[in-house]
Amino acid sequence: MFPFDYHRATTLEDAREAHAAAEEPAYLAGGQTLIPTLKMRLAQHDRIVDLRRIPGLTGIRRDGDTLVIGAMTTHQAIADSPEVIAALPALAAMAASIGDQQVRAMGTIGGALANNDPAADYPAAALALDAAIITDMRSHKAADFFGAFFDTTLDPGEIIREVRFPLAEAAAYAKIRNPASRYAVVGVFVARTAAGPRVAVTGAAGQVFRHEAMEQALAASFSPTSLDGVATSPDGMNEDQHASADYRAHLCGVLAGRAVTAIVGAGSR
Amino acid sequence: MTVNVSMTVNGQSISRDIDPRTLLVTFVRDHLGLTGTHVGCDTSQCGACVVHLDGQAVKSCAVLAVQADGGTVDTIESLSAADSPLHPMQEAFREHHALQCGFCTPGMVMAAVDLANRNPDPSVEDVHAALEGNICRCTGYDPIVTAVQAGARAMNIQDGHAQDNG
Ligand SMILES: Cc1cc2nc3c(=O)[nH]c(=O)nc-3n(C[C@H](O)[C@H](O)[C@H](O)COP(=O)(O)OP(=O)(O)OC[C@H]3O[C@@H](n4cnc5c(N)ncnc54)[C@H](O)[C@@H]3O)c2cc1C
Ligand code: FES
Ligand code: FES
Repeated sequence: MFPFDYHRATTLEDAREAHAAAEEPAYLAGGQTLIPTLKMRLAQHDRIVDLRRIPGLTGIRRDGDTLVIGAMTTHQAIADSPEVIAALPALAAMAASIGDQQVRAMGTIGGALANNDPAADYPAAALALDAAIITDMRSHKAADFFGAFFDTTLDPGEIIREVRFPLAEAAAYAKIRNPASRYAVVGVFVARTAAGPRVAVTGAAGQVFRHEAMEQALAASFSPTSLDGVATSPDGMNEDQHASADYRAHLCGVLAGRAVTAIVGAGSR
Repeated sequence: MTVNVSMTVNGQSISRDIDPRTLLVTFVRDHLGLTGTHVGCDTSQCGACVVHLDGQAVKSCAVLAVQADGGTVDTIESLSAADSPLHPMQEAFREHHALQCGFCTPGMVMAAVDLANRNPDPSVEDVHAALEGNICRCTGYDPIVTAVQAGARAMNIQDGHAQDNG
């Protein structure tokens, strides 16, 4: 690890100031991406600004038809939360599929969204559920937030405070986990919403995307057989030692089918 | 830059000035001499380094020591003293031959105790899920799963007795 100085922020303003005063700073949340990256010397920062002790950034609450989750809430807290299990069980199950018990005890939803790994799970949930990512500056719609390969619309120094998920009528997430890292080889989050079905795919390409052809087929008839004729092009899909582009394209259909089956089988919500 | 960290490690208050890039695993092994916690990988995937931070199992190779400042850390050494009986989970690992080279064992046991604290009678599936972050290259896992189930039940009985007595 390259050397850095460490600042434990006590407020959002304090974090912003400490960040602005350094040349190549990074915020630290659960550290489950940042620390492994620093360890491998894949990143070099002159200052680490720790967000973990800023009050008010954790917790889960219902606000009418919206589930509000603080940025520093851990994956495990989301997986175990009675509120999440009651309101958006697919989100709780998705959180429980991340990494392993120890990673979930530290890793946070805000860190996962800010990091925007193309194989991460939360981006699929955020996009399918039309979430809003609230920072200390503004509100980002998930539809605009995620760029290619780790890019987001966050400005330097901008801090995610909370994530607002509108409740869906029903939702499910299906994922093929990389057996070593547990990241998604491909993951598909399907949500039945008042505005129609939404299908978001992670792991398959350089960024999370909505599968519009599947959405149209499901809008006509919400059943797994509706997806039978819907093709997914392998163009632009990731190709690596785990899966070819063709295989990833194939998995999109398989996993969307599993998610729809889970929804239809489970009834509403 | 150095920063001061104070925390409770295995029941003892300690305070040290450290470089902020010190990993928690480096802190317990090299600064405190608690070498029971192992480092088995560079990728945060093997679980040999699992300790409890504020009562939850974490990978101490993926946590900075400064993140534990003010907190409580329990390592494998906290389970039993050198000349006293083994902790029920350690005893179950011994009884069920759940180790061969033993390199993964400290992390396995700490992950298993974390599971048993949450789930006193885990199913085979519960054990599989709880140990996803722990890799063993020797045993083939089956004896570990048996040991974790037996250890969790033994811990539960011991706690029950403690409550009866108290
Ligand atoms: C072994 C292992 C397996 C994993 N498996 C999976 C998996 O299956 N699926 C998956 O999705 N992820 C997986 N992860 C990643 C994990 O979910 C991380 O916790 C997550 O990607 C980052 O969250 P964090 O809180 O740890 O953030 P950190 O590592 O602390 O930070 C990550 C990045 O986000 C920035 N950041 C953090 N918080 C904020 C904020 N509030 N506002 C602005 N910027 C912020 C940081 O500056 C940094 O650049 C795995 C990680 C490991 C080590
Ligand atoms: S040494 Fe920590 S997970 Fe391998
Ligand atoms: S006993 Fe050798 S790695 Fe598990």
